[in-house]
Order: sequence, then structure tokens, then C-alpha cells
Amino acid sequence: MKIAKLAGLIALLAVAAAFPQVFPNPAVTTIAIFTLLYATATVAWNIFSGYTGYIALGHAAFFGIGSYAIALMCAGWHVPGGYLPFFLVPVAGLITAAFAVPMGWISLRTRRHTFVVITIAIFFIMQPMAFNLRSITNGSTGLSLPIPSGWGLKFNFPFYYVALAMLIVAQIVSWWIRNSKYGLGLLAIRDDEDRALGLGVKTGPAKLAAFVISAFFVGMVGALHAYFQESIFPAFAFDPLFDIALALMGFLGGLGTLAGPILGALILEPTQRYFTMQFSANGYYLIIYGALFLAIILLLPEGIVPTLSKYWMKWDALRSSSMPKAGNELNSPAEAIQDVPAQNEERVEL
Amino acid sequence: MSMLEVLGVSKSFGGIQALDACSVDVEKGSVTGLIGPNGSGKTTLFNVITGYESADHGEIRFEGKSIVHAAPDAIFRLGVARTFQLTRIFPRLTVIENMHVAAQREGFRALFDRWSSPREQRRALDLLDFVGISHLKDLPAGNLSYGQKKLLEFAYILIADPQVILLDEPAGGVNPTMINHLADRIRALNKSGVTFLVVEHNMEFVMGLCQRIMVMHRGAKIADGSPEQVRKNPAVLEAYLGV
Repeated sequence: MKIAKLAGLIALLAVAAAFPQVFPNPAVTTIAIFTLLYATATVAWNIFSGYTGYIALGHAAFFGIGSYAIALMCAGWHVPGGYLPFFLVPVAGLITAAFAVPMGWISLRTRRHTFVVITIAIFFIMQPMAFNLRSITNGSTGLSLPIPSGWGLKFNFPFYYVALAMLIVAQIVSWWIRNSKYGLGLLAIRDDEDRALGLGVKTGPAKLAAFVISAFFVGMVGALHAYFQESIFPAFAFDPLFDIALALMGFLGGLGTLAGPILGALILEPTQRYFTMQFSANGYYLIIYGALFLAIILLLPEGIVPTLSKYWMKWDALRSSSMPKAGNELNSPAEAIQDVPAQNEERVEL
Repeated sequence: MSMLEVLGVSKSFGGIQALDACSVDVEKGSVTGLIGPNGSGKTTLFNVITGYESADHGEIRFEGKSIVHAAPDAIFRLGVARTFQLTRIFPRLTVIENMHVAAQREGFRALFDRWSSPREQRRALDLLDFVGISHLKDLPAGNLSYGQKKLLEFAYILIADPQVILLDEPAGGVNPTMINHLADRIRALNKSGVTFLVVEHNMEFVMGLCQRIMVMHRGAKIADGSPEQVRKNPAVLEAYLGV
């Protein structure tokens, strides 16, 4: 089982690495890059919202901060186009994380619906700032980034591989956290925060750390996106649809699961780009987005991954119950008590 | 010697005085009962002791150290654990995962340690055996029956080796077989040195289990003594029967 999983993972990585070589068409690789960026952002969003159960709808603020951070760094230090700006992407991530500390500290004083509203509010504070802090952001004229020259037809390739690397790192971090004691604390917070606190989980720092980690990756996504687009404008850097997209992809794939966010992004982002290309940018895809959101909430409230694994477990249980040995796993509570041997008292050391 | 001391603690919610200069204490190594009519402030007292509510006035000491301003996680780490009247487990985690939540790590070790060490896994299974639900270990905790959830909540605080355990109505809504089972477990733990403070409405259960019983009424202690003494105390009869 473990070997099969590992082999599958390596095959998946090989496919991802070979993809632009097989489909070098810039239209296709552009969609692939956006998909990788959204997958990374959704994985990062899931580290916070999926694990702790706090639905954040303001991560577009981090996307925007990351975008502006890299644009300002490139402009300020006269960074030429090429490979150098890629190294500024993690720096932009760190800057975003620094912004996320006070934002998280304020918004995490609230819970549930109030928290959602506060994160939206923080986003709507950031967007007008990008418009109006003209001396820094250049207002609605936006900022332009250096353009790499000489990459020719393979212009998209470096972006593709950097985005892929980011997704892999984000997914490893997500997997690591999920399997750590810290991650167990986050999942406990999701189920019953006060109870977790009463069992020694430091809920405040744990939530804030998850919030900042997720902001770091979303900031990097914003930075790479900005460099790929070569210019940024307030309305696109701080785009409320980005928030909806992350939540939609997370919910579709399965909130709090490892594979769910990637699956959600892999399904939704290419679909959306395809519709945008087919019907030009007239916003038809927004109608489809809305309809999809409704369909997911109604038909797959838990998302694809948990629903499938539930069916799998049911099928597995059915298969094993038709075999002779099983069947006595679930005793009634009364039986359960009679099952307890009296000598347990001696066996447990306390 | 008193392990847990509550000295003149008051707490009000708006116009309601939930605790009115309430003073109670728990002897080390005892099983102490805390009874009283509904609304007499027993659960509020638990909340104040474990840091879920902050006291308006008064002092709370555990092993001589003031814990009146401490947060719930700090109080738990000192060795004061509790259960809730309406049992609170983590429904989407499995039973065995629930067991590992209370075994937290200090600082950054939480990030580098797995959910549980092999030693903790053995101990979690032993404790689930101890309360009699180890055969359910891989089920989501939300699927357990009410009584099983109570047993799970009792088991998962034990993993942190608490010195004193506050039980809020452990027998409420539990069938008689399971109540006897629970009383057995409490006695076994008490024998090994764990102190208990038990809030309970089931008189048979409390009288059979506790050496000493305190009675609360309108946010203050009105009686204190052995089960027999308390049973005969006229103030207690008045509080319960309203005569």
C-alpha cells in the first residue's frame, strides 16, 4: 500500500514535470501556471481554514500585498527581468507574513461568522489603500514589473517550474503540519476550541501561526502572479473573487483534507480559464461559478475527497463483512461494559 | 492538607449572583462531592476554577499557588483537569486521536513531533481499556453513544496524568450499569492517588462514592461533612425541598 502510494506520487510528479514539454503551446501552459498558482494558494488557505475551521475570506489581501511587495522591490532596486525576481518571491512572502501577524492578531479575537466578516473587512481596507496610497502604489495606474527577455517561445517554462516547486513546498508543509502534534491541536480547535484550550492546547498562538503560514504562501503566489503578468493594478491585485475562488476550490475538494485543495484547483481553475477564453472576458464564468458553488454546497457539502473516502470505507466494510471472521467489531454499549475484564485496574499504572 | 482552595470567590452575570463569596476546599487524595439544587452555582464554580470564567473577587489556590488569573491551558498543565456536564469530545477525530489531544508538547516541539509517540499510543489504548471502550478506537468520536462519549472524555484527560479531576455530572443520562462501572474507575484512580471533586445529582452515586460532601445553595456553601451529616442537615433539606 505504501509503495503503491509512493509510486503514484512519483508518477504524478513526473507528469507534472513533463507537462510543458508535451504541451508547449503558450495558451495551455498559461492555464497550467494559473492552475498551479491557485492550487498553491488553496493548499495554503486550507492549512489555516481547513485545519482550524475558521473560514477566512480575506486572503486576497495577502495576494495583493505579495504582488505589490515584489513590484516595489523590483522597482526600488532596479532588478532586471530574468531569474533574479524569482528569488524575491519568498521575500515577498515574508513581507506578507509580517503583515499577517497584526491582521491575524486582530481578526482571531473573534470566531465563526464574526471572523469571516472581519477578514472580509480587512480585505476591503487593503483594496482602497492600493488605490489611494498613490505615492507608494501609483494608484489606479498600477505598477509594472521587469520583463524577462530572450526566453522566446519558452517564456512560460520558468514560471511553470517555479509555480510547481511552490506547490510542492506548500503541500509538504501542509502534510507535515497535518501529521504533527501541532496539527492535531489545530484539528481539535476545529471541533471544539474551548475544550482544546482546556486540554493544554495553546489555541491563540496555534491559530495565529497557521494564519501567518498560510499568508506567507498566498503572498508568494501573489508575487509570482505579478511577475508573470508583468504589471499590477489595484483592482486585480486585490480581487474579492480570489477569496471566493479559494473557498470554492477548498470546499469542492474537501476542507481540511490533504489532496482536496489541489483537486479542487485542478478542476475549477482550468474550467474557469477555458470559459473565459471561450466567452471572452464578459463574466459569464461568474454565473457558472455561482451555480457551481450552489451545487457543491447542496450535493457535496463535505467535498469530493471526504465523500469518496466515505463510499470507499462503506464498500470496504461491506466487502469485509461478507467474510466470516468480521461482525463483532461494534458491540452495544451494554456489552462493551461487560467486556471489560476486572483485572484492568491492576494493569494501568497511573 | 488542602490541594485546591477556593476562598471567597464571587461571580455575577448581569444581575444574577452565580457565586456569592463562595469558599470550598478539596483535600489531597479525597473524593469530594459537590451537590446543590439546579442553579446553585456548581458549574460556574467549576468554570471559575478551571479558568473558563474569571472570578469577580476572591482567590483560588492549587497546591498553594494562585491560579485565579490563569488561562485554562495553563491550569490544565498544572494538573487540574475537568469534564463537562454536556460532554465535549472532538467529534470528527477518531476515539484514539481524541486521546492524543491532551498530551501536548511545549513550544516548537509540537511542530516536530508526530501525533503520538509509541509509548503514548500504548498508554492511550490502556486507558481506553480501563474505561472499556478500546474496541471503538478507530470510530469517529461523534458516532459514540452518550455514555461512551462520557467515558471517552474521562479517559482522554487521564493521559495528561492530572492530579485533581473535576467531574461535572458524570452519571447524568448514563445507564445504571455504566454508572457502577464509572464509580469503579473513579475508586481505582483514587486509590492510585488522583483527587476528585464530583458534581452530581444522583444521590446514590455521590453518597456511595464520596467521603465528604459539600452542599451549595445560591452561590455559597451551606453545608459540609460526611454523607450522613449532610443528609441530616436541616439547611440542606430546606435548600432542596424549599421548606
